[in-house]
Amino acid sequence: MALRQCAIYGKGGIGKSTTTQNMVAGLAEAGNKVMIVGCDPKADSTRLILHSKAQNTIMQMAADAGSVEDLELEDVLKKGYGGIKCVESGGPEPGVGCAGRGVITAINFLEEEGAYEEDLDFVFYDVLGDVVCGGFAMPIRQNKAQEIYIVVSGEMMAMYAANNICKGIVKYASSGSVRLAGLICNSRNTDREDELIEALAAKLGTQMIHFIPRDNVVQRAEIRRMTVIEYDPKSKQADQYRDLSRKIRDNKNMVVPTPLTMDELEGLMMEFGMLEEEDETIIGRTAAQEGVAAFA
Amino acid sequence: MSVLTREEAQGLIQRVLEVYPEEARAERSQHLMVSDPATEQGSSCITSNRKSLPGVMTARGCAYAGSKGVVWGPIKDMIHLSHGPVGCGQYSRAGRRNYYVGYTGVNTFGTMNFTSDFQEKDIVFGGDKKLAKILEEVETLFPLSKGISVQSECPVGLIGDDIEAVARKGTEKIGKPVVPVRCEGFRGVSQSLGHHIANDTIRDHLLDSGLDDGFVSSPYDVAIIGDYNIGGDAWSSRILLEEMGLRVVAQWSGDGTLAEIKRTPKVKINLLHCYRSMNYISRHMEAKYGIPWMEYNFFGPTKIAASLRAIAEHFDDKIKEGAEKVIAKYQPMVEAINAKYIPRLQGKRVMLYVGGLRPRHVVGAYEDLGMEVVGTGYEFGHNDDYDRTTKELGNTTLIYDDVSEFELEQFVSRIKPDLIGAGIKEKYVYQKMGIPFRQMHSWDYSGPYHGYDGYAIFARDIDMTVNNPCWKKMKAPWKS
Repeated sequence: MALRQCAIYGKGGIGKSTTTQNMVAGLAEAGNKVMIVGCDPKADSTRLILHSKAQNTIMQMAADAGSVEDLELEDVLKKGYGGIKCVESGGPEPGVGCAGRGVITAINFLEEEGAYEEDLDFVFYDVLGDVVCGGFAMPIRQNKAQEIYIVVSGEMMAMYAANNICKGIVKYASSGSVRLAGLICNSRNTDREDELIEALAAKLGTQMIHFIPRDNVVQRAEIRRMTVIEYDPKSKQADQYRDLSRKIRDNKNMVVPTPLTMDELEGLMMEFGMLEEEDETIIGRTAAQEGVAAFA
Repeated sequence: MSVLTREEAQGLIQRVLEVYPEEARAERSQHLMVSDPATEQGSSCITSNRKSLPGVMTARGCAYAGSKGVVWGPIKDMIHLSHGPVGCGQYSRAGRRNYYVGYTGVNTFGTMNFTSDFQEKDIVFGGDKKLAKILEEVETLFPLSKGISVQSECPVGLIGDDIEAVARKGTEKIGKPVVPVRCEGFRGVSQSLGHHIANDTIRDHLLDSGLDDGFVSSPYDVAIIGDYNIGGDAWSSRILLEEMGLRVVAQWSGDGTLAEIKRTPKVKINLLHCYRSMNYISRHMEAKYGIPWMEYNFFGPTKIAASLRAIAEHFDDKIKEGAEKVIAKYQPMVEAINAKYIPRLQGKRVMLYVGGLRPRHVVGAYEDLGMEVVGTGYEFGHNDDYDRTTKELGNTTLIYDDVSEFELEQFVSRIKPDLIGAGIKEKYVYQKMGIPFRQMHSWDYSGPYHGYDGYAIFARDIDMTVNNPCWKKMKAPWKS
């Protein structure tokens, strides 16, 4: 089987890292050889696989050693549950330096050191929530990830973010072979969430590849720095992640997305009752002007 | 005298513009003109200080070049740290020939390269900690340095380092000024913004932060502003001012020191040579400290004499007499130079392309040698420079702003001047075309060219370039 490289994007806090690690655990359990590349200065993309607080990152070790050239692959690559290989790009504290350059440097290092040449079925890039600069688009540039999964929920901002990420994919799809492979709905228990995300997926020209219901076992496993599949393999939620990993393994649905305009996106949300029809007469009017001020 | 009539010159501009696509042609046409001395405001006919078009091969530099290379770099007893990757500092090191006296590495640092030498990790994790460490190391290794300027290279602005905070702490820690300069190369359209940024940081961190109270001034104190002492220019200027009875208490910034800068607001008048790069600080000292400023020109005896008299006008009769004495003293020398070189250079035609001052300031020196300037232009001049230019020139002189390699080559091919005075980027192109060439930025590793002593060297250099026998041997012997 040829190596498949996939990137996971989505709004910050949506559950990208948790979903990725649980799904990857499912792939590993089924005998696939997988590597996770964390592309987030927080370096929390591999903790459930390694049972660790935060893995030593490529950039931190490079800084300690002097430069990236002083690093060896085995210094940064750790194996965890199911033989899953784990690396974290790492990066600066919030507010200093350039995290994007860290991602670029780390991925270049992995390529030069031949991290991808070994026997591997999948590489998953777990990327920081907002694609704020070119560095965080590194995983989807030419010859890197060709499939992108967006983690989303039925909340408005998560859908905005998903749509914005699709705009980025369109840009890189025209210069390379990156494609949108589906939306993963990580449920927040909002009304008609599955229908809404399916409708969004249809408008984007893709599929909702799986709907992950909310279940507290995920948090219980997280506290133990474990995936659900490892912590409680018989639970229903473990089966949900196994389902997702099987669907991703069999996925053939790769598209150049068709991002929505702001009006279309808001129209969709109105359809599902998340947004009211805009009343333009109230724009710019203070509470006092409207006669509803607290002590009026 | 000129080979071109006004119509021919305008026709030449039109023909050169023809190769450009429509948009580029419209833009570039605003930067090319034929001078008309009758026009009071040269700037009304030309557009300047605009972003260069991609692909035209401009000769311009960047804001870092303007700050570190021009304004800050020559202050000899401070250390100027090129903050960022190693190249900017190393490839500009000691390249501008700002002469100075002192023990390099002990109490002066002009020809050394100090850099934070950014690596990947500094980009990713930020360079602030490294900068703080460097400030301490510099103080340990070079305790006689009087302060440090931090000259930002491009990446510092991109990754958002807080060099101001590091500099503030560094100032407290080492007890000397540490000046953060935001002269990232991508800012502005040329090195010109770097001059301005450098002026502003000198104002904020060296002048307005406290002056030299112990300095005892005299009624004849002046400062030389905007002379970078290239090949010793400021020295050959300074002696004339001193001989006429003035006391030069500061040189900005060629062979200059931090102490000189700090005492400048106590002078009677600021004498401004390079208007483009230091008019900002001159205006500031006028507004804040009431120090008048005047422009002067020490290229060629005509302009020198006029300048000496104009400077003397600001002082008493003793100085006025002093000016006349100086002029009289050097007159035999001028006559000897002219007698020797004018017969060899009379009627030779020159095209210039320099930075922000010399395209107009050196015109008089060539004319003193009997030569004629038939084309001139600025890399990074502004409107006020062009206003000052047209009156220096004859009718039908071509004027070109931020001229492209193509345009200049076309102009030269048609005008066929006897000499071109420009920079290192142009030099070899025109020498290979068989046209005598002098570098007018670095004086071609000669100089000084300022003052009467400089005029002697200038005349000799121009003669040995224009009348060099090599130009008659440009044709291969086997070609008829």
